[in-house]
Amino acid sequence: MASILEVRNLHVAYFSRTGVASSAIVDVSFSVRPGEILGVLGESGSGKSTLAASLLRLLPASGNIQQGSILFEGRDVLQADPRELESIRGRRIALIDQEPSVALHPTMRVGDQIGEVLAAHEYLDKKVRRERVRQILEALFPAETERISSSYPHQLSGGQRQRVLIAQAIACGPSMVVADEPTASLDPTTQREILSVFQSLRQKFGLAIILITHNPSLLAGLADRVLVLYAGSVAEIGPTDSVLSSPLHPYTRALLRCLPPPLCGADEANRKTKLPVIAGDSPNPAWLFPGCRFEPRCKDRFETCREREPAAVSLSEGHTVSCFKFGG
Amino acid sequence: MRFLSRRLIHAVLVLFGVSILTFLFTSLAPGDYFDEMRLNPQIAPETVVALRAQYQLDRPLPVRYARWLNSVVHGDLGYSFSYNSPVGPLLWVRARNTLFLTVTATLLSWGLALPLGVWSAERLGGLPDSLISWMMAGLMAVPDLALALGLLLFAARSGWFPTGGLASLGFESLSPINELRDLTLHMFLPVAVLVLTALPLLVRHVRAAMAGVLHAPFLRAAQGHGIPRRRLLYRYALPAAANPLISLFGFSIGALLSGSLLVEVVMSWPGIGPLLVEAILSRDLYVVVGGVLLSTLFLVVGNFVADVFLYWADPRIRAGPVAK
Amino acid sequence: MQPLIQVEYLVKRYSSRGVLGSGEVVSALNEVSFSVAPGKTLALVGASGSGKSTLALCLACLERSTSGRIWFEGRDIAALDEKQLRAVRPQIQLVFQDPASSLNPRFTALEIVTEPLLVQRKWGTREMHERALALLERIGLSRGMASRRTGEFSGGQRQRLAIARALSLAPKLLILDEALSSLDCSVQAQIANLLLELQSSFVLTYLFITHDLAMAAHLGDEIAVMNRGRIVEQGVPEKVLGAPSHEATRGLVAATPGSIVTPRMPGGL
Repeated sequence: MASILEVRNLHVAYFSRTGVASSAIVDVSFSVRPGEILGVLGESGSGKSTLAASLLRLLPASGNIQQGSILFEGRDVLQADPRELESIRGRRIALIDQEPSVALHPTMRVGDQIGEVLAAHEYLDKKVRRERVRQILEALFPAETERISSSYPHQLSGGQRQRVLIAQAIACGPSMVVADEPTASLDPTTQREILSVFQSLRQKFGLAIILITHNPSLLAGLADRVLVLYAGSVAEIGPTDSVLSSPLHPYTRALLRCLPPPLCGADEANRKTKLPVIAGDSPNPAWLFPGCRFEPRCKDRFETCREREPAAVSLSEGHTVSCFKFGG
Repeated sequence: MRFLSRRLIHAVLVLFGVSILTFLFTSLAPGDYFDEMRLNPQIAPETVVALRAQYQLDRPLPVRYARWLNSVVHGDLGYSFSYNSPVGPLLWVRARNTLFLTVTATLLSWGLALPLGVWSAERLGGLPDSLISWMMAGLMAVPDLALALGLLLFAARSGWFPTGGLASLGFESLSPINELRDLTLHMFLPVAVLVLTALPLLVRHVRAAMAGVLHAPFLRAAQGHGIPRRRLLYRYALPAAANPLISLFGFSIGALLSGSLLVEVVMSWPGIGPLLVEAILSRDLYVVVGGVLLSTLFLVVGNFVADVFLYWADPRIRAGPVAK
Repeated sequence: MQPLIQVEYLVKRYSSRGVLGSGEVVSALNEVSFSVAPGKTLALVGASGSGKSTLALCLACLERSTSGRIWFEGRDIAALDEKQLRAVRPQIQLVFQDPASSLNPRFTALEIVTEPLLVQRKWGTREMHERALALLERIGLSRGMASRRTGEFSGGQRQRLAIARALSLAPKLLILDEALSSLDCSVQAQIANLLLELQSSFVLTYLFITHDLAMAAHLGDEIAVMNRGRIVEQGVPEKVLGAPSHEATRGLVAATPGSIVTPRMPGGL
């Protein structure tokens, strides 16, 4: 099927006040199909939030998309003027931001905040708009639509706020939602609930979702494919099962090994033993050397790794990895 | 509602306190209205004593205060020695004029400060921002009095604006349109002075408050939903930045009020200012007390209005303090 | 062995003021009892709002409990007044979730760690610096980093610093309130290892509060499950998580996706 989003050779850099550039996204390419859930797995400094912001052109003033293209529904987002952008954001692609506690306006009622999104994109009679808001909220809060609608954000729990953010995101019926760490601050039970909301949105509306997270265990059983981001470039991308259960890139393998043993595998012998860690420091954004970015921390490095960056190699069906071990 | 009723009780207590204090201080000051008569050889000392007794100035302070309170209840606010009439009606006319000036100046200065500050904050560090900042710094450096005198000089030289008073002679015979024109012309100078002196502070605060919220995550989130730019600024950012500004609004009323007392004297605007100066010089006790109290009342009402705004604007205050 | 800390029937109620000023009482902790032996770790899990953080604050004497006892080394610290508490406070230290907001960004690493020592006024400047530097090294920050401001450190390094600050007064009990939750997985593993090392070298006792069941099972000698202000289940991790008997525990286990990911390491590659 044709992709709904096509990102090609994206480069994004931030500039300090003195004009020093540090690259946050380096040569990232991927695509998303309609109704697909793409998990983006990355730790802090991987550029995952920069990637999310770039897709909607919401980078802060110091950030700059240097090259590449972002084709969304056939339109190049990078060529759009501010007016066009306003009409794409929220209507065609919606962003769900990190912290539900701060992503809502503190002194506006929840119902009004959803109404604002509707009003920004289509002219609706006040009555009609209120009815639409009610319908949207009803989908997410079947039991207490009215109460939530007239509440202020500070009166809601973290999970409820996250649902409100989702309601805002789907209000105008977009075809894609970008969710940046949507569950980071929630407890596991609420986390699961929110993730299942995403799942049902995909089923009901055929919504494509880019789910950005640092936690690999969230993606299992939810994402169709996983993109692993390290220091701004794609380490590997492939079907979720394949990436999570037989990871290829040394970084992905090391990362998955860091997790504490899963519950079913927990036994007394392993308890309180040292967990395997990734040696070395987190990637430095001001990286200036040629070569693979994971090289300094990689256990399997060779000479070539320092000389140039590995190219993406397609191994099995849809599983692509950027590492010289596989020929890169 | 607890919040508002508490504020209201507060306001009444403040008014009481101020009345007692002004009473105390004016009577601590040496001499009274009739002291000058005593030096006048044509007036018999007995007459002065009789006059003082008539106005009850020979009574002890608490009694005078109690009698004054009683007259407040009747709306008289005591008796003016020099005008030989109750203070109340005397003050009302003047108060109306002062209020007219202050309210106009308040609305106008906020009406200018909000867009200027928002514009400035939106382009923080850019050309419009620096331009506005320099202009405001310049205005802040000019003393009120110098500004007032400068404008007066300008008005006198150019002849475009009347240099004093509230209305021209023959105001009553003018058509409503011309009445309005005449009033506007007369108000222009005093209002201009007030607005120009208040503006720098307000613009700075609006700019700082807006700059503080412009990077708030909820604004970015709203931007991500495609909310148009103007709406982001005025519907999203401004209300979120409003709390400190609303408190400032209360203060600004006070500042404009005390500023207007000065401006009224310089520009001979028939408000409370000239009346108060005159009364203080001649020790017209009750007029002083009434004038001070009236200014306090304006101030208290201004702050109360700000509190009502705050209550209305922020649901978190409406909810009241709640333990975790 | 005599427990280091023993909590008996701890109750904490908050009264929220309603519209008419009449109090509505909320029980955050409801007859909570447990004990931890020296050098052991009790992992405390539960949904948000179950009272975990309130318990942490009560144990650290930052909140007064409504009733109940907290025996710490044989003394009931819940009954002590503010002056008596001063001697106990250094013994119980708290590490919070977000190191970014609990460390003043203008302080250097050295200043962060010497600050608690300064307050005690027991040591000279030189000795304090020596102690602080040794501690920084112990938690994995080199001497060269001591003069950097905390704002320049990464999330993991800041959490190391927060742990160093907590350790500067040689406490016996460390309360880790979601101390790993805001960190990346690879950093979590590093800090978890650090906690294990510190525990064995200083005989530290941990109260490890988390919503991450897998980490709780890995680090905890015992697990206690909180639900609505009560401890509903407690025991060794295999038993509590392997055969949960309470509804709340079952819910938590079901919500933990950890059981789905079992990284098989391809041997040949």
